[in-house]
This record gives sequence, C-alpha cells and structure tokens, in this order.
Amino acid sequence: MSTSIKFEQVRKDYDKNTVISNLNVMIKPGELFTLLGPSGCGKTTLLRMIAGFHSIDGGTISFDDQSINDIPAHKRNIGMVFQNYAIFPHMTVYNNVKYGLKNRKISKQEMIKRLDEIIETVQITAYKDRLPNRLSGGQQQRVALARAIVIHPKVLLMDEPLSNLDAKLRIDMRRAISEIQRSIGITTVYVTHDQEEALAISDRIAVMKDGFIQQVGYPDTIYLRPFNAFVATFIGHSNLFTGTVEKENGTTYVHLTKDYRVAIDTLTEEAQAEASVMIAVRPEEFTLSEDHTGIRATVKHRNFLGKYINYELVLDDGRSIEFTQDTNLKNRFIEVGEVVHLEAIPEKINVFTADGETSLIAGVTRYVE
Amino acid sequence: MWSELNQKLDFWNIMTLIMFLFFAVFLIYPLGSLLLGSFQGSDGSFTLEHFQTFFEKKYYYQSLLHSFAVTISVTVLSIAIGVPLAYLMATLQIRGKGIIEILIIISVLSPPFIGAYSWILLLGRSGVVSKFFMEHFGVTVPSIYGFSGILLVFTLKLFPYIYLYVSGALKKMDSSLSEAAESLGVTGIKKMTTLILPLVLPTVLAGAMLVFMNSLADFGTPMLIGEGYSTMPVLIYSEFISEVGGDAHFAAALSTIMILITTVIFIAQKYVVNKKSYEMSSLRPIQPAKTKGIKNVLAHLFIYVIVGLAIIPQVTVIYTSFLKTRGAMFIDGFTFDSYRKVLDRMGDSILNTYVYGIIALIIIIVLGMLISYASVRRKNFFTSFIDTIAMFPYIVPGSVLGITLLLAFNKAPLLLSGTASILIISYIIRRLPYTMRSSAAIIYQLSPSMEEASISLGYSPMRTFINVTARLMMPGVLAGALLSWITVINELSSSIILFTGNTRTMSVAIYSEVIRASYGTAAALSTILTVTTVVSLLIFFKVTGSKEVSL
Repeated sequence: MSTSIKFEQVRKDYDKNTVISNLNVMIKPGELFTLLGPSGCGKTTLLRMIAGFHSIDGGTISFDDQSINDIPAHKRNIGMVFQNYAIFPHMTVYNNVKYGLKNRKISKQEMIKRLDEIIETVQITAYKDRLPNRLSGGQQQRVALARAIVIHPKVLLMDEPLSNLDAKLRIDMRRAISEIQRSIGITTVYVTHDQEEALAISDRIAVMKDGFIQQVGYPDTIYLRPFNAFVATFIGHSNLFTGTVEKENGTTYVHLTKDYRVAIDTLTEEAQAEASVMIAVRPEEFTLSEDHTGIRATVKHRNFLGKYINYELVLDDGRSIEFTQDTNLKNRFIEVGEVVHLEAIPEKINVFTADGETSLIAGVTRYVE
Repeated sequence: MWSELNQKLDFWNIMTLIMFLFFAVFLIYPLGSLLLGSFQGSDGSFTLEHFQTFFEKKYYYQSLLHSFAVTISVTVLSIAIGVPLAYLMATLQIRGKGIIEILIIISVLSPPFIGAYSWILLLGRSGVVSKFFMEHFGVTVPSIYGFSGILLVFTLKLFPYIYLYVSGALKKMDSSLSEAAESLGVTGIKKMTTLILPLVLPTVLAGAMLVFMNSLADFGTPMLIGEGYSTMPVLIYSEFISEVGGDAHFAAALSTIMILITTVIFIAQKYVVNKKSYEMSSLRPIQPAKTKGIKNVLAHLFIYVIVGLAIIPQVTVIYTSFLKTRGAMFIDGFTFDSYRKVLDRMGDSILNTYVYGIIALIIIIVLGMLISYASVRRKNFFTSFIDTIAMFPYIVPGSVLGITLLLAFNKAPLLLSGTASILIISYIIRRLPYTMRSSAAIIYQLSPSMEEASISLGYSPMRTFINVTARLMMPGVLAGALLSWITVINELSSSIILFTGNTRTMSVAIYSEVIRASYGTAAALSTILTVTTVVSLLIFFKVTGSKEVSL
C-alpha cells in the first residue's frame, strides 16, 4: 500500500553551484524518515525536490521504482505540510480541507465521508466553520495536516512543521503527528533542524551537512554510534579529544590525554597501533574518579537544570569540556573551583579517524537499512 | 524532447511572451521611433538641428526654464504645506479628522485642469471674487493668470501627495521611538529635527518626486491658466498640433528632452530613497494628543484653511453647474439647463469615458496582476524587463505618450489613429503602473507556500493562480485599480492629442468647453466626473473596508 522513495545519484544545482551531489538513499514504505541538519545543509531543498518545487538536476527520484523527475508538482500526488502552515485565509477550515478533494474525481458521498473522518482524526471538528485567522498555531497545524492527508497522497512531506509553535505545544503536536502518521501508515519525509524532535519522532534519520548525507540510522544508532565527528557533535554534545591508539599485551587502549588512557574493545581492525584518532565523549559518558586517575580538570561553571547538572570544566591545557551528572541524591555534587578527575566510560565513547570522518567502532556504518 | 518543450510552454511562459509582445508593439516601438525621429531631418538623415534650435531660440528654451521654475516652486511649497499638515494630523486631536482626510483624497484625485478652471471662475478676469472686490472696494485682485496661477493650482492639487506619504510613514513609526528619545532628554524641536524628520525624509523625497513629475508633465493647467506662460507640455502640444501633417521631428526632439529630464530625476530619486530608507513597523503607532489654547486654535486654523482651499475647486464646480448661464456669464437663479445641454450635445463623451475606462480598467487589472506576479515569482530576464518597461510610462508625460502613439500608429498595417483603441491603449499603458505596483507589493507579502500548497493538492499553476493567488492579491489589486480607474477617467494630456470627433472623452469635452468659455456645461461635465470619482472612492471603501488610498 505505502510508497517507497528512492534517491539515485540525485544532484541539485543553484546557478552554477552544486548544492547536492550524488545523493543515494532509500526510504521504506510507511516509514517516518527525517532529514536533519543545520540550516543550509540541503534538507529543505531535497524535500522541495520531492515535492516538485525544485527541479531535479541529475539522477532520479522514484516513487515505487517509478521516476517522478518529469512529473509536474501538481501531478505528483503528494501531501505537504508547510512551516507556516499555508492555510488559505479566504476559506473556512472545512473548505481548506476540502480544497484538494474537490479537484479529484470522487463521489460526493465519498468526499463527505473522507472529510468527516479526517476532521475527526485531527480533532478540528469544533472549529471547522471558522476562518483560519481566528485559529491558534496548533489548530492551524492540525488543519494543514488534515488538508495534506485527506487527498490520500503517496507520500507526506513536512517542512519544519513544529518550528512556529511554543515548546509545550510542540511536544503535543509531535505526538499527534506521530500517531496519525502511524495509524494511516503513510510514507513521510520530515524536515527539521531540531535534533530532539528528530530523535523523538523518526523511524530513521538522515543527518545532512553541506548537501551530503552524513549518516542514516535509527535515532538510537545516530545518538549512540555516530558515524563521524560531525554527527557526534551535531546530535547532542560531544567533547572531542585527539589521541592515539595503543596496543599492549593484546589489549587496545586509546589515549585521551598524554597521561590518561582507557582500555577499549569496540574498535575495528582498522584502528592500528600508534594511529592518531579523534575521540568523542558525551558529557554523560564521564564519571567522577575517586582515586585521581582520569583527566584532571577544574570546575568553572555549574548549571543546575533539574534532571541533571551541567558543568563546564577547564583542562590543564586550557580547553573547556562539558560534564553532566544526574541529580541523583547519591551523587556528590562538585563545586565551582574544585579540581576533579574524570574517567570516560569505555563502552560508550566513540572513536573516529584523525580527520573525524569515519567511525572506528566495529559495526558502525554510514547507512543503516 | 516533447516534454521538454511542453514544460517550457507552461502557462507563465506563454503569458510572459504575450505581455512582452504587447509592450514591444505599444511602448518600445513607439518610443523608439520617437527617439530616432528626434534625430532625423525632414529628409530622414541624422541631425542634431532640432536640439540646436531648441537651445538657441529663447522662445523654446524659455519653456523649459518656466517648467523648472514652476515644478521646483510647487515641490517646495507642497513640502512646506504637506509635512506640517501630516505631522499635526498625526500628533494632535483634530476635529473632523475623518472628513478632512476624505476631502484631501478627493482633492488629489480630481483632475488638475478642473482646479485651474474653477480658480479662473473665482479669481479670473470676470471671476466672482475679483468682481466682488472690484465692485465693493475698487480693488484689483492680482492676476491669476501666468506663473502665480499655475503655482496656486498645482500646489493645492499636489500637496496631498506629500501629506498622504508622510502620514503613512508617521503611522508606521512606533511611539516607543519617540519615547526613547524623550527618555534620553530629547524633546520638542530637537526631537522633531533629530528623530522624526530624518525618519520621514525618504518618504518626503518619494512624495516630492511624485509632485515634481506631476507638475512637470501636466498639460491642462498651464494651458488654461498660464496664458502665454508656456511650459514644456504646452510647447510640445502646440508645436505638434501646428506641425501635424508636416514635420513632427521637432516635437519629437522636445519629447526626448522631457523624457531625458524625467528619467534623470526618477533615477536620482530612486538612488536617494534606496540609500536612505528605513524599514519601520509599529506595534503601537503614535497617538494623537489633546492640546489646548492658542496652539490648538492655530493648528485647527491651519488645517481648515489649507483643506478648504484645496476643496474649493470641487465646490465651485458643483455650485456653478446649477447656475443659469448666458453665454460665458453666470446669471442669477438655479437650473438644470447645463446638464440638459451636456446630455444633448456631449452625451457621447460621457458614454465614451465610461466605456473606454471600463475596457481599459479590465485590461489593466488582468495585465497588472499577471505582470506583477510574473516579475515577483517568476523572476527571469524577460519578466524583469517587462516589469521595468511597464513602469516606464510613469515618467513619460501624457502628451509625449500621446504623440508617440499617434506617430507610430498612423499608417497601415497598424492604423489606429482616430480609433477608440488608441485611446484605450494609451490609458492602459499610462495607468497600468498603479495597479502593477500595488499588486506587486501585496505579492511580496504573500507566502509562496500558499501557492505551493495548492499545487501540491493537485491544482495546476494556472488554476492555482486563479483559485488562490488572484484571490489573495485582490486587496492590493483593487487599491491600485482604484487609482488606475480614477486617473483614466480624468485623463486629459494624451486624450487631447489622440481624440477625434467621435472619440472625445469627458475631460476633453470639459477642456474644449472651457476654451470656448462655455462655463456652465464645463461645470456640469466636471461635476459628473467629480461625482464619479467620489462614488468610485466610496464603493472602494465599502468593498475593501479600508479608509485609505495608497498613492
């Protein structure tokens, strides 16, 4: 029933600059697939290429193995939800939702049935006869969603749909979107720059930068096993260290600093002895050492954030790192000015080649199907 | 291959091509041949003799000096009146503010030659006021004819441009700016000169440009009230009329000089405004405050006198249209005779005005919407070119445009002279910019995702334009269309050149009646025109729910 989307060697040019080149990825039927990246990474461009608002300048995009390259936007049968909702201000909520259906050859009864259904599903019954200018952002968002889904499109495209909502509403709508998407099982491409939103809502995520896909994976793989240093630092925060690999008596170590190394057994064969590497340690992947082993650091700032405490510490060489600690009453909270030693949790930390481009952790790949 | 061609031939590309052809035939070709013509001798060879003649003979170049004297004085005076007026209206509570605003709009929208003619009725040789002073005090009122009359009519007619522009800018100024200045200890005159004036200056300049262009290009006023004080449009007209059938190259050369001047001013103004304009939007506009005492009285007096003077022409015209006449004289008693005469003898001109006006308006609206959309949303070389070329008539004086069209289309295969089409074409070309500009302005405010939503829901670009974009553009389109319509029905300077016996319009008829000193019929016709203008304005207010006109 649901449609798959395949990108083969897709290219996009703006004037003479190539902004996306040789992009290959396959979106599975019924999947909620998120394009995540900083602004200017090409995620919206890619979405608009699927929609038909941008030309495809090379390669092929296919729905179910059928190229859509030459199909004009209005014949692609896609549903799109826009960042600013794009609700037609001159039509009531009901007529907004009906607009796309009116254009299709379906019977009147079928139309009314579908409209009633969708209006019920997205919960806009109460204000279906209002004009859009009297709706809140969240309500407009629901109308936009209903309008896009009611035409039974092959794929649903969502362009930063939650970015104009306030924090609490964003979480509510996130769940609503996720539930509706799952219940009708429509293949969805979702664009956002908000990593938390992406992690929460997606089946799979493609992290993009400079028109290239950095990694495709499940939310947990992306967070726990980033494929490169960019993903490690863009999703959540990672403290980066440059160090070397050391092999001694069959045990492999990585040096985070000159005086501190951790034994690690997750590296691939490619990580050879004496090779320089980049090591990424998340703030929560440190523990406080009680016996003066580990990285020596001085506490500079302490931010109490409720669920956890975030510390900014300064190393002896002047660099800053971040460390977070659960606000578990068993934990000893440290004070500004205190000198502490931090140890990294070996199974959790990530190791990359020295340029930060490729993970050296066994089993980590750029694309996860 | 076929699909590629098919894609290239989409709705907007076809429209762009059609619009391009329209302007190529009716604007570029005529203006181009005019320009070339001004460098041709009677035998068709290249020559500069026309320009030489112009700058050598005092009779000719004097008109240019006159034009400059008039336009510069008018612009300065209009600023001197318009800016304080706008400032007082924005900052003080003025009694009858609503009515004052509507009166100002009416006075700016009525044709200037009606102003000239009614001031003649009042202050002319046999004017009511002149005679009153003569009979009762034996005082001769200073002559209204010549420079002073032109200055009076233009200033009273054109200061509203400055007023409306500056009022608009003041409405956009947030009162927190003024409060911030006061919290820093800057008040009164110092606040005015260091904060408010610099902020509205670009707007004043934009308004001043309009005043300058209008007074430079207007033909009717100096023709009626100038009496020998000849300005450029008058000179062009008389040279052209006297040379019709013979050598029109000299008139062409005069037109070229005019276009050159207006272009330079237009570019200079654009440069200054672009460089110095500020984006402002106000959440909390300046609130008019209550004042007391002498300041309040003086403010009211100033406003009432100015607006009263500005509206006098309309009142005079309406009043005199009901007076009995004998020849050129008004005599005691009221009557509908003037209207009867008008309907008998000039009914065709009324009908022509409405028919041509409505046809032109429909085409203006369609073209204006298409061009503005194409140039904003489908930006490419061609659409930008069309956008620029379509704005050009903004700076081409009406009489010049009239001449170019007449010269270009007076022979087969495009023999249009003497037909109604040539008048309609000139109206379209001259008045399209109003609709185009305000349509473009509103497109910039519309989010493209509105159209994309419609397209993604299965509507082709053309149907999306009709169903969504056109609907959402309407407020802007109507605001422009109102101006286009009112200026079309009041158009004189190109009509006077293009009309023939069968195709004369109301403004042409008024002009010829005034020239024949048939003041009663002129007044009746003017009243019909003024009433049409006011009714159009009221319909516009009713339909759009707005209370403002954007010039």
